[in-house]
Amino acid sequence: MERPRVRLSASVIATGETIEIRTLISHPMESGYRRDADGAVVPRKIITRFRCEFEGREVFTWELRPGVAANPYLQFRVRPPGSGQLAFTWTDDDGAEVSISESVTVT
Amino acid sequence: MTGTGFTRRQALLAGAAFVLGAGTGPGTARATNGWQAALSAFTDGLQPVASGITLDLPEIAENGNMVPMTIRVESPMTPDDHVAEVIVIATDNPEPEVSRFRFTPLAGRAEVVTRIRLARSQEVIAAARMADGSTRIDRRQVSVIVGGCGA
Repeated sequence: MERPRVRLSASVIATGETIEIRTLISHPMESGYRRDADGAVVPRKIITRFRCEFEGREVFTWELRPGVAANPYLQFRVRPPGSGQLAFTWTDDDGAEVSISESVTVT
Repeated sequence: MTGTGFTRRQALLAGAAFVLGAGTGPGTARATNGWQAALSAFTDGLQPVASGITLDLPEIAENGNMVPMTIRVESPMTPDDHVAEVIVIATDNPEPEVSRFRFTPLAGRAEVVTRIRLARSQEVIAAARMADGSTRIDRRQVSVIVGGCGA
């Protein structure tokens, strides 16, 4: 999988504030319902899961199905309880994974 | 096809062929794709309340391959009172379950934005299950000009 992009609205926040996370990954999300020009079904190949963890604890998980548009875009929120690492992991049909991590500081 | 490569027009035609090919035609998928069972399983058979959750979708989507969607659920997101999971159901897609979002209190706010595929004009449903097992629901009708062939 290609390297995803992750953007945080802020990396330094006050206790109790939330951070808006925007992610984008380049992927065809081939649904398994589409046919090619010769009429043959194009095999399914999609990203099935996106997971965000803070210091190993689950924050948010997205289960993707073929009805998610190509190049999955996601915007969501995180309220870190303290300073630490946010980890973002995408997994596809073949079990391939790609991860990114970002530091946040809570003052 | 005239062998001039995979043009936008061909892509649109392929999409149309998909719509006609899936479930034998518009209108039949609604009865056969099993979305009611998926929703009922999610809500554990309970009647969800139609408040405290907002599903935002355009009334008219020119391109069913990429329809922007926002979901917000009102919740303090504390350990005792938070959104556990949200399901998105496209009632007339060949595969009605589009996404599930699982939240924990660390999310701080139950809000997601993404882009979905809609095979044709239809009603889309978002339902939330809270930490106490109660459920909420919102619905939007979307008119799709060109159906998303990959739904």
